[in-house]
Amino acid sequence: MTAEVLAPQDTHVRRPKSNSGSRRRPVREIVKAMRMIPLLPAILIMITFLAGPIIWSIYGSFTNASLTGVNASNPQWIGFENYLKLVNDPVFPLSIWLTAIFTFGSAVISQNALGLGLALLMQKADKKVTASVGTIIVAAWILPEIVAAFVCYAYFSLDGTLNQILANFGMTGPNWLYSFPMFAIILANLWRGTAFSMMVYQAALNDVPPEITEAAMIDGAGGSKRLLLVTIPMIKNTIVTNTMLISLLTLSVFTLIYVMTAGGPGNDSTTLPILAYKEAFRFSNIGYGTAIATVMLIIGAIFSVVYIRALRPQKD
Amino acid sequence: MSVIAAPPKGRKSDRPVSVASPKKNVIGFLANAVLVVIGACFLLPLCWLIFASVDNKATYQTKFPEEFSLDNFAAVLTPELTFLPLWNSLIISVGTAGITIVAALLAAYPLSRYQARFNKPFMYGVLFATGLPITAIMVPVYSLFVQFNLLDSIPGTILFMAASSLPIAIFMTKNFMDSVPITLEEAAWIDGASAMGALRLIVVPLMRPGIAVVGIFVFFQAWGNFFVPFILLLSPNKQPAAISIYSFFGQYGAIAYGQLAAFSLIYAVPAIVLYVLVSRGIGGSFALAGAVKG
Repeated sequence: MTAEVLAPQDTHVRRPKSNSGSRRRPVREIVKAMRMIPLLPAILIMITFLAGPIIWSIYGSFTNASLTGVNASNPQWIGFENYLKLVNDPVFPLSIWLTAIFTFGSAVISQNALGLGLALLMQKADKKVTASVGTIIVAAWILPEIVAAFVCYAYFSLDGTLNQILANFGMTGPNWLYSFPMFAIILANLWRGTAFSMMVYQAALNDVPPEITEAAMIDGAGGSKRLLLVTIPMIKNTIVTNTMLISLLTLSVFTLIYVMTAGGPGNDSTTLPILAYKEAFRFSNIGYGTAIATVMLIIGAIFSVVYIRALRPQKD
Repeated sequence: MSVIAAPPKGRKSDRPVSVASPKKNVIGFLANAVLVVIGACFLLPLCWLIFASVDNKATYQTKFPEEFSLDNFAAVLTPELTFLPLWNSLIISVGTAGITIVAALLAAYPLSRYQARFNKPFMYGVLFATGLPITAIMVPVYSLFVQFNLLDSIPGTILFMAASSLPIAIFMTKNFMDSVPITLEEAAWIDGASAMGALRLIVVPLMRPGIAVVGIFVFFQAWGNFFVPFILLLSPNKQPAAISIYSFFGQYGAIAYGQLAAFSLIYAVPAIVLYVLVSRGIGGSFALAGAVKG
């Protein structure tokens, strides 16, 4: 779907017919350039507020800028010092590892699997059940971030709902947010994010013609075989693009973790966004925080390129 | 994109029913059962929010309130606790959506209508930017805002939020515009309309549902955004609801659970209403996801 943008649209676009033999007149070039003027407001806003910070991020990571003091107004160029510090900082590899666990655990594996599973079940289930369960799952998704974060905090806290349920079965639950912070935030992100994958897969499965699965059924393929050999290959592209997209979304989750554990206890749930925030604003080390931000940008950029590449083969 | 442009009503029911499946009832029953269990798991955390909001003695425990009361809502509905933060949220969200839509419409027109060497790299750039983690650039944005003296400024925050939602908005708007047939504009051009005139008089009216989807999508994101105003807006009288929610924490030593829940619900209502509007009126249930559907 998204790939359409990248493919030439012969049907819609009025292609200026190149009159064979005519010279390239400068007037035409000017007219062509004039046509692009409406792009300017968008480009200006994006250069100032999007490209600007990115360039600033790369520049700032080579300075000792801080939140307060002399280095706030007059930061010094310190070369690769921030990056050297980053490499030697034991928290940084831990943070990368935790970000990877968080992204894989809550998005790539669970949201994907649960979203696809739900979409498949909904094809078989009763329409009313589908509608009401779908509404509940989407409700978690449309709540504002901060509300969802508080709800999850209430759910996992020591005297919260989860332990209340466990108490009903005669079990004493741990303080999830302190003892198992990663588990809690992964489940919380699963709760909040599954709706997206579910809706994407519902749409994708609706586009799979039933004739094809039915033909496989008549040929003797059982349920699991039909799923693995017919349905999944047919929505393969959707799976790839959805995985990339939810990874990108999960990579930059801040609010949920900040409210639930604030990266703690210690650094046990400090993913990269939390680490950058902590270093920049709590330890007022803007330069160092910016270096972490730059690393995050590079990781995001790599994912983004993979995502664009994943979109392309659909059309080509 | 065609999915959004012309959402087929009631897809589910139009779907041909399989006649070859012999075990339909058993499978259907199992599917229902599993769905109900998963739905219950997803519902549990939400129950706390609803019960606590109408319970005077709410805690983090989920329990049915002993007596139903609207005291929490009454306590929360004051100018400084609710109305001003919601007003700020509204200004920020409407401003962001407005700027984004105008800029995206203008940008999408040449991208959709003229073929230029510049288009393809630009669209790749836009697509690339949609993938960048905005969270990552908040630290540099903060120091940039300090340099420009834009910190604690609502217009500055709006412009940044517009910039961060422009890539996806341009992307969606261009896709919607591509589905508006060009023949109508060619007729207008022959009748002497300028390109911008054709955009205003023909393209925009024809793609109103698409504009609504983009606008609501951007508004929705700005409304729920916590991190950006958290970093960029400092004075309490400028902060939107997402930040002021913290005032229920620890101010007087204890957390006002019930009020927190009541405020959360009030704050969430516009988001829910917008979502219902989009999913019922304009697109399918996946209208918001449709922009990125593979």
